[in-house]
This record gives sequence, C-alpha cells and structure tokens, in this order.
Amino acid sequence: MASELVFRTCPITGKKVYAVTQNLIWINAVTAVVFILIGGIMALLVGLTRWPAVHLLPADLFYRFLTAHGLNMLIFWIIFFEIAGLYFGSSVLLNSRLAAPKVAWLSYILMLGGSVLVDIMVFTGKADVMFSSYVPLQADPLYYLGVILFAVGALTACGIFFGTLAIAKAEKTYEGSIPLVTFGLAAAAIIAVFTLACGAIIYIPTFLWSLGVIQNLDPGVYRLIFWGLGHASQQINVTAMVSIWYLLGALTVGAKPVNEKICRSAFFLYILFINLASEHHLLTDPTLSPYHKMVNTSYFMYLAVLASMIHALAIPMMVEVAQRKKGFTKGLFEWLTKAPWGEPGFPAMIFSLFIFGFIGGITGVVYGTEQLSIKTHNTWAMTGHFHATVVGGTTLAFMGLTYYVIPLIFRRELIGKKWAVVQPYIFGIGIILIALGMGGAGTLGSPRRHWDITFAGSLIPFSFDPAVIFFTTIAAIGVLTAVAGGAMYVGVSVLSVFFGRKMAANEAKLL
Amino acid sequence: MPITSPEKYWWKPADKEEKIWISIALLWCLVLTIMMPLMHLIGSQNPSVNPMKIRPQDYRTVSEAFIEKYKVGEEQGIPVVEPPDGADVYLRAQMWTWTPILKLKKGVNYKFHISSVDLMHGFSLMPLVMNFQIVPGHDNILNMTPTSAGTFHIICNEFCGIGHHTMVGKIIVS
Repeated sequence: MASELVFRTCPITGKKVYAVTQNLIWINAVTAVVFILIGGIMALLVGLTRWPAVHLLPADLFYRFLTAHGLNMLIFWIIFFEIAGLYFGSSVLLNSRLAAPKVAWLSYILMLGGSVLVDIMVFTGKADVMFSSYVPLQADPLYYLGVILFAVGALTACGIFFGTLAIAKAEKTYEGSIPLVTFGLAAAAIIAVFTLACGAIIYIPTFLWSLGVIQNLDPGVYRLIFWGLGHASQQINVTAMVSIWYLLGALTVGAKPVNEKICRSAFFLYILFINLASEHHLLTDPTLSPYHKMVNTSYFMYLAVLASMIHALAIPMMVEVAQRKKGFTKGLFEWLTKAPWGEPGFPAMIFSLFIFGFIGGITGVVYGTEQLSIKTHNTWAMTGHFHATVVGGTTLAFMGLTYYVIPLIFRRELIGKKWAVVQPYIFGIGIILIALGMGGAGTLGSPRRHWDITFAGSLIPFSFDPAVIFFTTIAAIGVLTAVAGGAMYVGVSVLSVFFGRKMAANEAKLL
Repeated sequence: MPITSPEKYWWKPADKEEKIWISIALLWCLVLTIMMPLMHLIGSQNPSVNPMKIRPQDYRTVSEAFIEKYKVGEEQGIPVVEPPDGADVYLRAQMWTWTPILKLKKGVNYKFHISSVDLMHGFSLMPLVMNFQIVPGHDNILNMTPTSAGTFHIICNEFCGIGHHTMVGKIIVS
C-alpha cells in the first residue's frame, strides 16, 4: 500500500509524480516505441515495393508486411502511447495517486500479450487479412483473440483513467475544474470506450466465426461495425493529439488557452458527433440507403468538423498571445518568426497542426462527401489522407512530446539534442511528400493495397497514366525521408531513456 | 496554463475575433450540409438507388443466366456479353476476374447489378476513377449511362488475395 503512495515533486511544474505512475508511463511509452520501430521497418519495405523502380518484396510478403505495418503503427504504437498519455493526464496533471495500479499493470500485460499474439500470427502468415480483416477473408482464430485481448486491456486502462479522475476529485488534489489537457484526454477516453465497445461487438463474433461456432457473418454488417472501431480509433487519436497540441503550446512557449469555454465546448462537440462520421467508409457500399448516406455526410460530420475549426483557431491564437506578451509584437508575424523553432516541441507542434489541418483535414472533409468518396474510395488518395492525419498529425505530435516526457517524467537528459531538433523537420517533410504523392497517384486511380500497379500477368492488360509513376516516386522519396526521421526519433528516445544522464532531484532543466 | 486548473469562473463570453471565426465556420458547415441533399436533386452523379441483398449463390445463378442469354463471344476465356438497350446488367466479381466483358452503347441507360461471389472486391472504373465497394451478399445497384465511346477498364481496389493485382475487367462502349 505504502509503495503506491511514493511520489516526488517535479522541480519544473511542481506536480506530484507518483512512482507507480512514472513506471507505468515508462513501460507503455517504451513499448510504443518498440512498435513504431517494427512498423517503421515495415513501412520502408512496403514503400519500396509500391515503387515500381524497386518493387522489392514478392506479393505474399508485401501483403503480409502491409498488414503488419497497419496494425503496429495505427493500433499498437499509437494506443500504447495514448495509454501512457492517459496516466500522465490523470495522475500527474491532477497531482493524484493512480487508481488500482495492479489493474493498470494487468491492462498492460493484456495489451502486450494481445499485440504480441497478433504480430506472431501476422508474421507467420496466418493472418494475411490487412488491417481491416474484412469478412469473409479469414485469419487464424488466435489473430482475432489477440485483437480482443488488446482491446480489453486498453478498455481497462481507460477505466483506470476515469478511476483516477474520481479519486482526484474525492481527495481534492486540485481546485476547481480539471486542466484543459486532462479535459481533452477525458474526451479521448470517452470516445475510446465507444470505439473499443465496437471492437468487442465485431471481433467476438468474428472470433467465433473463425472457430466455426457461427456459420454466417454478414460482410456488410462487419464493415459497418468494424469502422466503428477502425475509424473511431482515429478519432481518439485526433482528440488526444489536439490535447497534446495544447500541452506542447504550454511547454514550448508557456501558452495559456485564450478562452477555456470555447476550447472545452469544441472537445464536447467531438464526443457528440465525431464517431457518427465513421460511416463515411460506407458511402460507396451496397448496404446503406441513399437517404442514410445523405444524413450521415451532412450535419453529423460537419459538427465534428466545426470542432476542429475551433481548435485550429484556438491553438495558434494562444501561441500568438503568449509570444506577444513576451514582447514579440513587431508586425503581424514576429510572434511566429521569433518562436522557438530550434526546440523540438515547437516545430513538431506546428508541422503536426499544419499537416493534420491543411492536408489531412481538408482531404478528409472533401473525400467524406458522397460524390467525392465515389472518386477516391479505396484509392491511394485515401492512404495519403490518413498518413497526413495519423502520421503527420498524431505521430508527429507524440514524437514532439516524447522529447519533454524524457526529462520531465523519466528524469533523463536527452542524448543527441541536435538530432531531436532536426527530426520533426525531416519527418514532417517526408510525410508531406508521402501525402501529396499518394494523393496525386490516387486521384488518377492508383489503388491502395496493391502489389503491382503495372498489372503484369493480368489476363486483360491495363496501364495507368504515366503521371501515376511520377507521383508514386514522390511518395517513395517521402517514405525514405520519413523513415530516416523515424529512425532518428527511435534512436534519440531509446538512447536517452536507457543511457541518458540521470538528472538530479532538483534539476529544473527541461531541454 | 492548459496543464493547471483554470481560474474559478472560466465560462466567459467569446471575443469578437473568436465569434467571427466560429460564425464563418458554422456558416460554411451549413452550406456544405445543404449541398448534400441538393446534389441528389440537381447533380447527376449520385447513385440514388436503394441497394438490395442477394445470396452469393443466387447471384451466381442470375449472372450466369445473363451471360448465357446475351453472350456474343469470348476473350482470353472470359465471356463477352452485349446486353440489349436498357437491360439489367450483371457484373460479377470473383477472385480474380470481372465477368463478363461488357459491350455497351453510348447514351443508353443500363441498370448495373454488381456483386461478389467470394470475398470483398473494389469496383474501380478507369480512366474515369469511379469507385464502389463490392460486398458479397449485397447487390450494388447503379444506374449508368455511358456518355463517351471507347474502352474502359475495371480494376479491383479492395484486397482479395494473392492475385488481387491481376484482377482487371473491361467495358467496350460503341
């Protein structure tokens, strides 16, 4: 019991950091980095295969590694990191002890067990089913079991988060309302509960179907509920990422939200509307009626878009206000030009905001209309869209935050600070090239999930507009650039966490 | 700071700049909302037909009968079919062909029934880049009128196994 209550006081923020919380953040974040390493190697191999000039892998390995890339990046890397974020947002930011640390460790073990099981099944060729594993394409039952274990673990971790909020409130560890970052993470956790419930609703019958207990599983229904998990999990990412933008704004320039009401209302809009938009995956499906599609793509979706538009104003605004208060008032943009561009967190936040908003967000809203979904559904343009949102947006924001978590929470000095500073630039430029290359090729019809865009060996010969090859080459250059940036991230964070100089208890140095 | 609790009374009115921005964003959202039903009325690209369910084995029977009835030849072992004006057209997706090859007439409306008899497939009409998800057990019904003559290809853009990249079909419009 007593060990659960051991804490230190952070010399920079004055927050109480409990030892159990610190260990749980450490293990979840380190595990996340291991998965981004696996996913990144897959990204390189898959990217070089899509590029006809190299066409590296044979077809079976391409689809296998593509499946692994999706799962390791989109699910394992991001969700392990988010769980670390939930423990930080509840226990550290609220100065509270963590609810049920033993259960938190159990949730970690479930998630780890599930993800290792999934990876074993995928790499041994027993689950060549892609990230979406569309029924009636079947994987080994253990694959579905792995996903279920992971989802149960993640759901348990959300429970720990809510439990900690309750404890903090009961023990009055803070005064008034919870901080904005915690509020945003709470919104993310609420969305996560819906998402993981969808996962359970669809993966449990699919598991039984793979065992032969259930005979018929409607592929149309599978698609509907699967995207309640598949897309809604990206909505967790959006919400967590926006919270981290606010956090990075505070850590890099000391920014403070201009109007708490507006920021919090925008998070509330996410909770209400963002998951309804998940159905845009089904706009070209033969399952929903035209009226249903019309309602779903109209006001439901745009109310979530409105929330993003509000954050898109609130975050640059709070940075500008903080900078102007520091005296950077010359002209319209001195606040921006004199910003800490040489500190990793600031370019990571700005690149993340820019790539998410201007590339990922705009393409998302455009492709989410029924007419343009017909033009882009299942093309590489979609892949470009979600690389801008999930990689350029969420992953880059998480990367930027890591450089602060290491000194703040793990009390280690960064090794390779110079690498950390250029890393967001290199990674960001790589992702921009990927998103634009994929978008260009996809608009001309280049399909996603496709081993050979030259269609060699097909009974009916077909070839694309040569511009497709040009855009594919741009995307491939982007892959090489982003993989280099990703390797720098993994290198700096792993070296610092294990070999960085241990900081003294009262050392108040951030970077 | 966003990492500390806000001051006690944080429910404060928005500033002028914030109000302007949110109003513009909301207005734009409303315009987009109205455009959705409007495009069904005035746009000609929306597939405003209710989809139907059909069992894969039934779909195979119906599409075989369609091929039998209107077959005019064969290419690479794939039947070539020329349906009469205004007929219901059945285009079957299966690993890894689009059956049959269709010969259609410019300016004539056809009611397409596209479904799969095995896995999920993706109908992608090239070079127009029109894409539809093809789901076994469900009939994707599309009213289509070819507006230009020439050869069109259908590629599969949903993963359907190891031969996915060879799944190409053809529509010839004269």
